[in-house]
Amino acid sequence: MKYLDEFRDPKIAKQILAEIEFTVTKPWVIMEVCGGQTHSIIKNGIDQILPKEIELVHGPGCPVCVTPLEIIDKAIEIASTPNVIFTSFGDMLRVPGSKKDLFQVKSEGGDVRIIYSPLEALKIARNNPEKEVVFFAVGFETTAPGNAMAIYQADREGITNFSELVSHVLVPPAMEALLSSPKNRVQAYLAAGHVCAIMGWWEYDPIAEKYKVPIIPTGFESIDVLEGILLAVKQLEKGEYRVENQYLRAVKRGGNQPAQNIVNTIFEIGDRKWRGIGEIPQSGLKIKEEFSKYDAELKFAVDNIVTQESELCISGIVLQGLKKPHECPAFGKECTPSNPLGATMVSGEGACAAYYKYQRIRNG
Amino acid sequence: MADFDIDLMSCPLPKMDYDTIQLAHGAGGKLSADLIDKIFIPRFGNETLDKLEDQAVLNIPKNKIAFTTDTFVVDPIFFPGGNIGELAINGTVNDVAMSGAKPLYLSVGFILEEGLPLETLHIIALSMEKAAKQAGVKIVAGDTKVVNRGSCDKLFINTSGIGIVPNNVNISANRLTPGDKIIISGSVADHGMAVMTTREDLSFKSKIKSDTAALNGLVEVMLNISEDIHAMRDPTRGGVATTLNEFAKQSDVGIQLYSDKIPVKHDVKGACEVLGIDPLYVANEGKLIAVVGSEIAENMVEAMLKHELGKNASIIGEVVNDNKGIVVQQTGLGVNRIIDLPVGEQLPRIC
Repeated sequence: MKYLDEFRDPKIAKQILAEIEFTVTKPWVIMEVCGGQTHSIIKNGIDQILPKEIELVHGPGCPVCVTPLEIIDKAIEIASTPNVIFTSFGDMLRVPGSKKDLFQVKSEGGDVRIIYSPLEALKIARNNPEKEVVFFAVGFETTAPGNAMAIYQADREGITNFSELVSHVLVPPAMEALLSSPKNRVQAYLAAGHVCAIMGWWEYDPIAEKYKVPIIPTGFESIDVLEGILLAVKQLEKGEYRVENQYLRAVKRGGNQPAQNIVNTIFEIGDRKWRGIGEIPQSGLKIKEEFSKYDAELKFAVDNIVTQESELCISGIVLQGLKKPHECPAFGKECTPSNPLGATMVSGEGACAAYYKYQRIRNG
Repeated sequence: MADFDIDLMSCPLPKMDYDTIQLAHGAGGKLSADLIDKIFIPRFGNETLDKLEDQAVLNIPKNKIAFTTDTFVVDPIFFPGGNIGELAINGTVNDVAMSGAKPLYLSVGFILEEGLPLETLHIIALSMEKAAKQAGVKIVAGDTKVVNRGSCDKLFINTSGIGIVPNNVNISANRLTPGDKIIISGSVADHGMAVMTTREDLSFKSKIKSDTAALNGLVEVMLNISEDIHAMRDPTRGGVATTLNEFAKQSDVGIQLYSDKIPVKHDVKGACEVLGIDPLYVANEGKLIAVVGSEIAENMVEAMLKHELGKNASIIGEVVNDNKGIVVQQTGLGVNRIIDLPVGEQLPRIC
């Protein structure tokens, strides 16, 4: 397929791999931030062909995985309310809340629908004026512009039966939180390519400088990931630390300005809880006061729900790169994709699910 | 009602008392008789069905018989490349044919929602007639029930089928042997992506068509090359990945797929990329996977290539001794990944 196959060419991949092998002289720990990159690494077996000096750790960049249990419980509460049509991206439906998941709400008669864009939720609201339509707005900077646009359009059209349950998180504060942890092992980042396509990469300059880590905005195909690793290793070996853009075909320094404008119109930065990590100050987006009538948490008065995370699940430690999924005692036993204890086992992009899917063969 | 066969328009709906299905159409009285006389018999009629007995009495040779049943609930009922009616015929014909049997007779049971336009039922009956003719099978028994509006989604169809298994044929998912080759009859994921991209709330349009087709003709060609086909299935729900996992578990062998050998059409692949769905897990309705000894694999593929429904056939992998019960595929980088059973529905990824 044009524009994709070029970035999956095994011959080019092997050339880059040879260059990585030639460059590396000591052990390095590199974190790929985005779940899409984790998926590509495991699916293509990149972790298996890298020189043993390079350890990849899987970052907190899967939106399903970092959405706190509390928000899932709020979603379940709203979706169970009569007269509500609850809309969501597909993979949020299987994430376990503290008692059930959204699929269960659906089987109990709740009107829960999978959609592909928040603007579809707005269309449903327009066509069903007697119902309350709620969209589950989760994700990183990547999904924020679309979610902001839905509120913007609802406001312009005077649609009042639409709202969003927002759990938006921002990548740079999480990257910084990991680096400032005393247990930090990460020496270089492959930054999330699609987040950078929206936000640009200027935000990373001060982080690279302050913590002395190379940061490489990187794409998602096998060639992208390998090239990202090569750029990181070259800097590490030379003792350099700067932002170097691998994903040239999608990422500009300033990012996508119209997308940033719509996000800034609707949302403002606020504190956010991350599943398994806890609250990180100024690490998320919330709906601005002037658009608060589109905030489902306020509309359905679920802002008082508080939930504790499961004790058996170590997804928080996995998301911080301190342990690998298969080092969890519950991995593949109490916790499988059909019975996930934590969100990292739910989404195809979650580190645990990716390991389960592609690696059981290696671990017996 | 997009994109159905233009031939089906040539036969108009017979004049009837109502435009839509009434509960009385399923009550056994005059309206039931009207439905049978004006819609079903003209489309499906034959010397057995025309007798309107409570059962079909059939003459069958003293062979092994293949017998199957399947129920069709697809939404939407009309999709690019077909509709629920031809799917119901082809699906059951294929399930019979995967045993190597020659499909002969089908039964058809309709569950109709009150209010369904008769025109819709008529068009579906017409395409079922056409599909049955193409597959060379007769519909010899039938039933119709009508349920209250809201108790089913427009219409559901159950079909059962029987066929005659040739004497020397013994096709089974437990006959895979290390060294066997895995053959696929053509490109994968057409049907599932055609249905998925038609659902109303998807905002992009595509020209992907369902591959619904009866495969018994292709199976006949294959049996002419060799009656010793070890295993054969049509990879419907759950796609190629599910069928191969069933094979690997039932025969307690490993399956090794070659890198990038599974054909996927350009536009189907594109839709899968956009929605974050792996084509190996998407339903097909006109494809088969056959497992044969390596010595006959090349000849088998060559014969399949000459048939319309096998013109993109290829060998996609082999049966191995390692990794028993597991399907693995080599990636472009030369390492293996597991092709596992899907968990529930295929869910589109967030980003």
